[in-house]
Amino acid sequence: MKVLVPVKRVIDYNVKVRVKPDQTGVDLANVKMSMNPFDEISVEEAVRMKEAGTATEVVIVSIGPKQAQETIRTALAMGGDRGILINTDETVEPLAVAKILAKVVADESPDLVLLGKQAIDDDSNQTGQMLAALLDWPQGTFAYKIEKDGDALTVTREVDGGLQTVKLATPAIVTVDLRLNEPRYASLPNIMKAKKKPIDEKAPGDYGVDISPRLSVVKVTEPPVREAGEKVEDVATLVSKLKSAGAI
Amino acid sequence: MAVLVIAEHDNAALNDATHKVVTAAAKFGGDVDVLVAGEGAGDVAASAAKISGVRKVVHADGASVAKQLAEAMEALVVPMMDGYDAVFIPATTMGKNVAPRIAAKLDVMQLSDITDVIDSETFERPIYAGNAILTVKSSDAKKVVTVRGTAFDAAGEDGSAPVETAEAPAGPFKSEFVSEQMVKSDRPELAGAKRVVSGGRALGSKEEFDRLIVPLADKLEAAVGASRAAVDAGYAPNDYQVGQTGKIVAPELYVAVGISGAIQHLAGMKDSKIIVAINKDEEAPIFQVADYGLVADLFSAVPELTDAL
Repeated sequence: MKVLVPVKRVIDYNVKVRVKPDQTGVDLANVKMSMNPFDEISVEEAVRMKEAGTATEVVIVSIGPKQAQETIRTALAMGGDRGILINTDETVEPLAVAKILAKVVADESPDLVLLGKQAIDDDSNQTGQMLAALLDWPQGTFAYKIEKDGDALTVTREVDGGLQTVKLATPAIVTVDLRLNEPRYASLPNIMKAKKKPIDEKAPGDYGVDISPRLSVVKVTEPPVREAGEKVEDVATLVSKLKSAGAI
Repeated sequence: MAVLVIAEHDNAALNDATHKVVTAAAKFGGDVDVLVAGEGAGDVAASAAKISGVRKVVHADGASVAKQLAEAMEALVVPMMDGYDAVFIPATTMGKNVAPRIAAKLDVMQLSDITDVIDSETFERPIYAGNAILTVKSSDAKKVVTVRGTAFDAAGEDGSAPVETAEAPAGPFKSEFVSEQMVKSDRPELAGAKRVVSGGRALGSKEEFDRLIVPLADKLEAAVGASRAAVDAGYAPNDYQVGQTGKIVAPELYVAVGISGAIQHLAGMKDSKIIVAINKDEEAPIFQVADYGLVADLFSAVPELTDAL
């Protein structure tokens, strides 16, 4: 089984985001960037499939600026085989990302595309599902467990109320949730090895996809600030405060 | 203009998230129809017909949509969109699974998890775990929107809309439902609860989580939530996770026990009306959003609080 894993370079999850004073976006200058945490989980899962002998090749793809190459290298150091960087400095919306990925799928013919369920920057949670629609492939979103079952995949999903298991014909799209695995840290020898792994460089134009945005930003603002309240001495004070506030 | 709302339900009962999406759809403008797709969900369709302001309910009944899997829902909804300017779907796991599939087929960019409708093209939505609010305008001919329930009031129930039936799409589809394991609970549902008690990593074990958090929640008639750390450690089921990528809640009262308050957790609960934090670390970030903070050892403070209620 060949596995394609798209990864996104995003603001590091520990960074406190600051809105730009001119309200055009958030400040990304000199901010630490990392692989989207959900994508680390999908890379890990693909590498585990390869180690278990279910996956034959793990191809990493990223759409983004030149520096997204570092994100691909990180995934290669975790165990990916080779990379494809689709280089653009434009903001590419999920629909356009899905269209480019559909073309990559046509070139690469993977049996499985494993994606993070959402990116922690725009929180859209769309790309995997859109790609599935464009390809007319089945989808297993928010995966908690993935098992190969002959030619099919059994995917247990995190849903409201509990867990749901679905069976997908392959080729298929799976998006991963937090509990699927705990991503490894790449070892130093593997980081060195990853430097020699090939990364193809492309541009959105090579795939003939129009990436012009459908959405325009009117403004980006700070959320309303919630003021810290008061510290209470003890449980009895807490109860009386809650009573007078009408909360209990 | 006309808007289609996709109902959230479990074939037996209509989920309140639907009422909230109807409110958002009414703000968008035009006629609001509700699609109930399920199997044996006649009672759900009847409940949907009572939602105030609904023009009609479309009830699609069949095995292919029993679990509202995305492939079958796409086949059902995409042809219906000829008659609508927008589809509004709750940002539940059903909605998040289904909506982008519809959007891609219609060749439009979806608007995810909106918290306000400014006009028929402009919407507000949180990004970066709610650390920034994006006002965004869509130039697409049709809008595909998922709606954050906590941002809208539930529509009333004084309507009496007609119920039309529609054909459920014929399968087979490339995905099939196998089984589900649902957490059974008599407590209120987390996403819509008026009170929530959440536990964090400081509880130390599932036994302590059950011994301390559950009785307090029972006393308060509250739903039980958890931080990601507590869920990852196995103290609580994944469905309990409150935060950026879990449940978004905005109850009247949120009690955070042994939760430090990572930004990803705050993203899921900071719109709660009153926040109580109990934590022994007085520097914990949760205190920066708490109305009432109690710096104490939770193992003694929580039983004391439970007894005092």
